[in-house]
Amino acid sequence: MSEIPIKTRGWSIWLPLALFLGFVVLVAVGLFRPADRNVASTLIDRPLPAFALPAPLTQVPGLKSADLVQGRPRLLNVFASWCLPCQAEAPQLKQLAAAGVEIDGISVRDRPKTLQVFLARYGNPYRRIGADDAGKVQLALGSSGVPETFVIDGRGRIRYQHIGDIRPEHVPMLLDKLKAVQ
Amino acid sequence: MTAEVGLAALWLAAALALLQLIAGALALTARGEALAGVVRPVAVVQGVLALIAFAALVRVFAVTDLSVKLVALNSHSMKPLVFKIAAAWGNHEGSMLLWVTVMGLAGGFVALVERRLPERTMLATLAGQAFVSLGFYAFLLIASNPFERLDPAPAEGNGLNPLLQDLGLAFHPPTLYLGYVGLSIAFSFAIGALVTREVGPAFARAMRPWVLAAWIFLTLGITAGSYWAYYELGWGGWWFWDPVENASLMPWLAATALLHSCGVLAARNALRAWTIMLGVVAFSMSMIGTFLVRSGILTSVHAFAVDPTRGTFILALLAINIGGALVLFGLRAGTVTEGERFALVSREGALVINNVLLSAILGIVLFGTLYPLLAEALGAKVSVGPPYFNPVGALFFLPMLVVLAIGPLLRWRRDKLARFGKRLLIPLGVVALAAFVVVMIGGAGLLPFLGMALGAGLAVASLLPLRDRNLRRTPLPIWGMVLAHFGVAVALLGMASDSAWTVERLVALRPAESTSVGPWTVRLAQVDPVAGPNWTALEGKLDVRYRDGAVQTLRPQARNFWAPPQQTSESALLTRWNGQLYAVLGEEASGGRWQVRLWWKPFVTLIWLGGILIALGGVLAVIGHVASDLRRIVARGKIAYRREKQGR
Repeated sequence: MSEIPIKTRGWSIWLPLALFLGFVVLVAVGLFRPADRNVASTLIDRPLPAFALPAPLTQVPGLKSADLVQGRPRLLNVFASWCLPCQAEAPQLKQLAAAGVEIDGISVRDRPKTLQVFLARYGNPYRRIGADDAGKVQLALGSSGVPETFVIDGRGRIRYQHIGDIRPEHVPMLLDKLKAVQ
Repeated sequence: MTAEVGLAALWLAAALALLQLIAGALALTARGEALAGVVRPVAVVQGVLALIAFAALVRVFAVTDLSVKLVALNSHSMKPLVFKIAAAWGNHEGSMLLWVTVMGLAGGFVALVERRLPERTMLATLAGQAFVSLGFYAFLLIASNPFERLDPAPAEGNGLNPLLQDLGLAFHPPTLYLGYVGLSIAFSFAIGALVTREVGPAFARAMRPWVLAAWIFLTLGITAGSYWAYYELGWGGWWFWDPVENASLMPWLAATALLHSCGVLAARNALRAWTIMLGVVAFSMSMIGTFLVRSGILTSVHAFAVDPTRGTFILALLAINIGGALVLFGLRAGTVTEGERFALVSREGALVINNVLLSAILGIVLFGTLYPLLAEALGAKVSVGPPYFNPVGALFFLPMLVVLAIGPLLRWRRDKLARFGKRLLIPLGVVALAAFVVVMIGGAGLLPFLGMALGAGLAVASLLPLRDRNLRRTPLPIWGMVLAHFGVAVALLGMASDSAWTVERLVALRPAESTSVGPWTVRLAQVDPVAGPNWTALEGKLDVRYRDGAVQTLRPQARNFWAPPQQTSESALLTRWNGQLYAVLGEEASGGRWQVRLWWKPFVTLIWLGGILIALGGVLAVIGHVASDLRRIVARGKIAYRREKQGR
C-alpha cells in the first residue's frame, strides 16, 4: 500500500495567501466603487419588450407595449399602492399630467382594492394602467424597484430611466428629457 | 457616569492589550526574558477590563440611559427588560464590544489555565491574541465608540428592530460570538506555533479543547439561528443560504475540519502544517463573515447594521491579520518538520478525506457567497441561492457521509477495507431498506431520497464504533464522536424529510370555515385584537385536529410594533413527535376572509435535534479530553512529589 507524502514545501504554501489577496482586491473594488446598487436598464435606446397587461380596475384601460408607440414621447411609471415613495411622488405625477404629459402606469404586485384606495386618495394621473402581478414586465423593463419612471420616445424606445421617487426638483428635468426626445 | 466608566475600562483594556503584545514579543527575545512573567497577568486583567466595559454598556441599556447615543438609537423605555439588555448587542457598536470582550476573556482564560503548551509558544500565542484584539479595540475606540453621549438627551429612543425582539434571538448572537471569537484562540495558537515552530501532539492536545469549545458554541448558535429564522421570519424555511447564514457556516466547516485534523496531530503527529493552516483559516472565516455582514457589501435579509466606512476599517484589519498570518505561514510552514506518514486506507486517510471534503464545501459556500460580488465587478448582477448551493454542496456532502460512516471503524496508520466488510452489511442493509421505504411513500426528489437513505445508514453506522467495546470503559471522547456523528444523521433525516414531504397551503378563511393540510384539519375560530407590552396584534384562533385526535389551539399573530413602527408575523407552531404544524396569519382579504398560511412539516424538528446532539457530542469530548489531561497533570505531580520525597 502506498504512503501519502505530506508536502509542506513548494509554491502551494503561498496559495492561501494568493487567494486571500484576490479576495481583498475583490471586496476593495466592491467597497470603493461608487455605491450603485440599482439595476440600470440595459434597454436604454432600444425598443420596449413586448407585453400586454390587463387592467386592474374597470375605470382605466389595460396596457400593452403597442400603446406606448404613439408618435409622441410619454412617461411610463412603475409603481404600487403598497409603496411609500410612490405616495410621495404622486403630487409630482399630477403636476406632470397637468403640464400635458401623457403617463401610463404599471402597478406591480398590487391588489385592485388597495389600488382603488390609492388612486382615490392621491389622484389618477394615468391614461392606462397595466397590472403586473408577478413583476415580470417590471423585470423585463430592467427595473429593480418601485417607483421607477421611464421616458419613452414616440417610437416606443426607452430613452431615460429615473430610479426612485420623482421629487419636485426632478419635474423640470423630466420635462426637458421629454422635450429632448420629441 | 456608567458610560464613562465603561469607556475608561475600554481604553485601559486597549492599553493593556498593547502592553501584552509588546511584552509577549520582547519576552521571546534573549534580552526581554524578564518580561515573560508579565504577559499572563496582563492578559487576565485585560479580559476583566473588557468585561467591565461590556457590563457598563449592558447597564446603560438596562436603565435606558437615553443620553447615550447608542441607547437612544437602539432602545426604547417601553420595552421589556430582557429586550433592553439584548438591545446592547443588537447593534453594530455593542456587538463589536461583545466581540472584543469575548476575545479578551478567552485570552485571559487561556492565560490563566493553559499549562500544557511550551512557555515560549504560550507567550507568542498571547502576543498574537493581543495583536488581533488591538485592531478591534482601535476599531471600537476610533470608528464605533459605543459610549458616545448625546446632548441634549432625547425624550425617547428609536427602539429595537422588532424582528430582534424575540427571546431566542436575545441569546443567539452571544452564543454565536462565543464560537466565532473563541476560534481566535485557535488562530493565536497557530501563530504561536508558527513563531516557535513547536508543532506536535502536545500542541494539538492543548489546542483541541479550545477549538471544541468554540465549535460547540458555533454549533448551538447556528442551530438556534436556524430555528429563529424558521419561526420568526414566517417563511416556513429553516435555511436560506443567506450571506449571514453562510458567514456562520463557513467558520463552522473550518472548525469541524480543524477539530478532526487536531485529532490526527494529537494521536499520530501527522498533518502538522495542515492543522496550523486550518487554525488560521477558521478564525479568518469568522472575520471575513463579520466583514461581509457589517460592510453591507452583500445585500442580505440580515443587514441590520450596515456601513461602508466601517467596512473599510474591518477590511484593513482583515488584510493585516489574515494576510500577516498567511505570510507567516508561507515563511514558516516549510520549516515545520514533516509529520508521520500513513496509508490512504487508515483512520488518518479517512480524516484527510473528510478534511478535503469539508474544505471543498467551505470553498463552495465561500465562492457562492462572493459570486454576486465577483459578477458585479465584471458588470453583471446575480443572486446565488439554493439552486446552486444545494446540489453542488451535496456533491461533496454525500461522499463525506460515506467516509463518516467508515472512517471511525478504521485503524490508525494502515488498514484493509476487506477487514470490516462484514460489519458494513448492517448499515448497507439499512440504506437499502430506507431507500425502499422512501420510494414506497413517494414524493421525494433525488437529493431528499439520497439524504434519507444515507442518513438512515449513517445513523446505524455511527453506532458501530461502540460494538465490541466495554461501554463502561469506553472513553468519553469516543461517546462524543458517536453522538455527534449520530446527530449528523438525525439532522440529515430531518432536512430530507422536510424537503420531501412538507405540505403547504395558502387559504383565505372566514371565521368558522375549515381547511385541511396533510393529516390536519384546521378551523379558523375567530380573529381578535390583542395587546402586548410594546405592540398590538391581530390574533387568529385556529382549532386544529390531527386525524381524529383531540382539538388543539394555535394562535398566530400579525403584530404591529409602534417603536419603531413595523409589522411582523408571529407564527404559531404545534409540535408532535412526527413533525410540526406551522401557521401564519396573513392580511385581511375581501369579504371578511383572512389569509392563513399553513405548513405540515413531517420530522422537521429532527434538524435542530440533530444540531443539539452534535453539540452535545462536542461537550462529551471536551469533558473527556480535559479530564484525561487533568489526570495526567495530577499523576505527573504525584510522581514529582514522590521523587522529591525520595531525593530528600
